[in-house]
Amino acid sequence: MSTTGISKRRVRWHIAIFLAPAVLVYTAIMIIPLFGTLQLSLFREIDQKQIFVGLENFRTLLGDPRWSETFWNALGNNSWFFVIHMLVQNPLGILFAALLSSPRLRFSAFYRTAIFVPTILSFVIVGFAWKLILSPLWGIAPNMLDAVGLKSLFAPWLGKPEYALTTLGLISVWQFIGIPMMLIYAALLSIPDEVLEAAECDGITGMQQFWKIKLPLILPSIGIISILTFVGNFNAFDLIYTTQGALAGPNYATDILGTFLYRTFFGFQLQLGDPNMGSAIASLMFLIILAGVSIYLFGIQTRLRRYQF
Amino acid sequence: MNKATSSLGRSFAAHAILATYTIIALFPVIVIIVNSFKSRKAIFRSPLSLPDETSFSLVGYETVLAQGDFFLYFQNSLIVTVASLTFVLLFGAMAAFALSEYRFRGNLLMGLYLALGIMIPIRLGTVAILKLMVASGLVNTLTALILVYTAQGLPLAVFILSEFMRQVSADLKDAGRIDGLSEYRIFFRLVLPLVRPAMATVAVFTMIPIWNDLWFPLILAPAEETKTITLGAQVFIGQFVTNWNAVLSALSLAILPVLVLYVIFSRQLIRGITAGAVK
Repeated sequence: MSTTGISKRRVRWHIAIFLAPAVLVYTAIMIIPLFGTLQLSLFREIDQKQIFVGLENFRTLLGDPRWSETFWNALGNNSWFFVIHMLVQNPLGILFAALLSSPRLRFSAFYRTAIFVPTILSFVIVGFAWKLILSPLWGIAPNMLDAVGLKSLFAPWLGKPEYALTTLGLISVWQFIGIPMMLIYAALLSIPDEVLEAAECDGITGMQQFWKIKLPLILPSIGIISILTFVGNFNAFDLIYTTQGALAGPNYATDILGTFLYRTFFGFQLQLGDPNMGSAIASLMFLIILAGVSIYLFGIQTRLRRYQF
Repeated sequence: MNKATSSLGRSFAAHAILATYTIIALFPVIVIIVNSFKSRKAIFRSPLSLPDETSFSLVGYETVLAQGDFFLYFQNSLIVTVASLTFVLLFGAMAAFALSEYRFRGNLLMGLYLALGIMIPIRLGTVAILKLMVASGLVNTLTALILVYTAQGLPLAVFILSEFMRQVSADLKDAGRIDGLSEYRIFFRLVLPLVRPAMATVAVFTMIPIWNDLWFPLILAPAEETKTITLGAQVFIGQFVTNWNAVLSALSLAILPVLVLYVIFSRQLIRGITAGAVK
């Protein structure tokens, strides 16, 4: 910038130096590629040339039955995946955190460490470990059900279209429950003792204390967890890819947006990869995540009451 | 008396719930590790028993170590994780300091710009990142992974660290300035040591997804020399699906180092998370 006027202060170079590395790396590797993806989705390769086609790719994706069926299937599966996490992972995480945070609970450090173990494992390990355990070949799961007399309940859960997605959702819950548990645990610990003592003086203890005092105080943390779950779930790929492969079998029953993007972009079996359609899918995922985050930020977060101590 | 029994019952219920879930959480890990030390017959005949003299076997590990270069994979993962973590922490702290310490035009805007990345996953830019890496000749190098993970980790790091740096006493920094310390020295000597708990939190949340990532190694660095342990295990298991000894041993080899590190550092990790999130 040309400074024609006499600047009153000297240029504070150190601010620029402090900011530069982070801003440069972040802009070059994250922001520019994101816009690159958005831009690429507006082009199509015709005769080995990129031609601008406007929103044509999106029309194909949503209008052409060959594409749209897969897309809506993936979106529907992804939504169910998210619902499972919201209904199972987060309530259980809150329950464990509440139990762990009760004072004078013995072995609480052990429980905390153990429940967090699956979170540190990679998807590859988690996926294959569960695949082996649920496999009818090996028979750990049927034998254990047999031991409690419920063998008739066993089914090859990962192989049946009607169960596979729910099973994978529960495996993912098993893996990630440590994160909501830890965040809620930290939030519960930060509630000042005076508040709880005051509640006890008024005779509010136990379950009642949790519902009436603690829960309202940790609502902002629950909100953050929900939005992290949302972003994570609509961005998921690894677990499905390791257990079911890029085709997200059986018969696309476990196909979610991440696997659909991967297949479209890199191709599979006889279909060639298509970077432009891949970008169109990535752009729609971008819009879905942006919409979800905006609903949270403007619709829910502003209405949450915050308490300051 | 009534009250005492109810509190005893409640604590019993709490232990029952937590212990049950602890078993669910650890069971698959234990089954995998225990069976990796057994012979093929014993794996199928009695999957839930511990290995004894007759069923003990290391044949799986022999196959794995002969076939896959797991030490190289492990080394790659370590290099990528440590380098990315260093850059995220250093660059993130520097940017967070600039945003929290100085008033300048565009401060708020810059903060929002950097925070955008928390909500938008970097994966959606994969198509263009791959093009960028191909153009700059970085495909199949660890540098590509380090760059991507640094960019991925920075937004959250800047966000958390700047919250913490606002709490560092202004008097302390001003005292440093009066003593003639440069802004750089104030940052490195005074502020960084004070935000160490926050750095631990950021380290945890940055490290786990980098170590476990499959997407970017698969796309940006699938070559044999640059495979990370996650990708290496995935490919290996894909090839040896029917060799159960090898699969179980490969899984154990991928689990054990992380598990050992976690058990050693779990106290610090948990302190980092809880200290970081407090208020």
